[in-house]
Amino acid sequence: MFSLISDLSRWAIPIVLLVVPLVAHLRGVNVFETFVEGAEAGFGTAIKTIPYLVAMLVSISVFRASGAMDVLVNLFSPVLNLVGVPAEVLPHAIMRPLSGGAALGISTDLIKTYGPDSFIGNLVSTMQGSSDTTFYILTLYFGSVGISRYRYSIISGLAADFTTLVASIYIAHKVFG
Amino acid sequence: MVNYVWLAMMICGILVAAGTGHIEVVTKAALEGAQTGVSTAIDLIAIITFWLGIMKLAEKAGLVRGLAIMVRPITGFLFPSVPKDHPAMGAIVMNLSANLLGLGNAATPMGLIAMQELQKLNWSDKKTASDAMCTFLALNTSCITLIPTTIIGIRLIYGSQDPTQIVGTTIFATACGMSIAIFADRLLRTIYRRQGR
Repeated sequence: MFSLISDLSRWAIPIVLLVVPLVAHLRGVNVFETFVEGAEAGFGTAIKTIPYLVAMLVSISVFRASGAMDVLVNLFSPVLNLVGVPAEVLPHAIMRPLSGGAALGISTDLIKTYGPDSFIGNLVSTMQGSSDTTFYILTLYFGSVGISRYRYSIISGLAADFTTLVASIYIAHKVFG
Repeated sequence: MVNYVWLAMMICGILVAAGTGHIEVVTKAALEGAQTGVSTAIDLIAIITFWLGIMKLAEKAGLVRGLAIMVRPITGFLFPSVPKDHPAMGAIVMNLSANLLGLGNAATPMGLIAMQELQKLNWSDKKTASDAMCTFLALNTSCITLIPTTIIGIRLIYGSQDPTQIVGTTIFATACGMSIAIFADRLLRTIYRRQGR
């Protein structure tokens, strides 16, 4: 099952690159011209996201570098210890929706310190694998089409992130505890 | 909502920096953040350009529409406001499949194409997210990755006896998150509609 999925991941893009132009050609599409026509919008789409990404990343960067995150961790860790969650994983939980790079840095560091097969190592691996950089994705996707009012997107995104966190802790206790 | 989060992070950051006597980190961090924003966008130019070209081919060949028709039963439930065989559906499905396979490089451009298609259907002032966009992003940010390749790689580097033993727990945790994402999206959509927001 595992190798099947990993083979699928390896083959997916080459297959798309084979099938799409071939089918297009067989259906009478002028492939080169059409590719260029579509690709033309690439530069504009990427550049359009700059103001949105800069706005969000400035705020995240200030929050992180100032030590405000550490204050938050210190505030919450006694409560977490009570319910059987190692405080070491809290920075990861807080950083995960904000910064993919920072979260990966934290989980790598924990795996290095405690060992990949320790409870903390397995827990933080599960947390890393099961969640995504919610704020970055919202900023990028909405930014690319010029949307600045996200309505309830952040609430549903964070509700999902929180659930994933709780579920990770639960299942890690069950399987690796 | 995004206003409050943005402002809160900024204000808390500056207050903590001032309180701990490290006010100089604020300026540096702000500029670094801006730098990261620009370089991320620049890095995206190549993959977005490439995938937009491929997607245009797929669209002209009728493949995007074909895909949209195939997944009608599920997408009809999740995206009632999007016409059944609209190209947006094809792009959404391709984005979610790429996410599922952990193909981040392909997932992002397809997601942006999906957003462009959804924006065409957005009847608001074009600055406010539509219902379908919110649902799409709820799915996207909580989407299951069958194989979390990055973290497996890191476990391997640090000598794990069984680097892939977290695959099962990861799928379980994501499935829980995704269910809540769909549920929260539905609930909030109803609430926001009732309040006319």
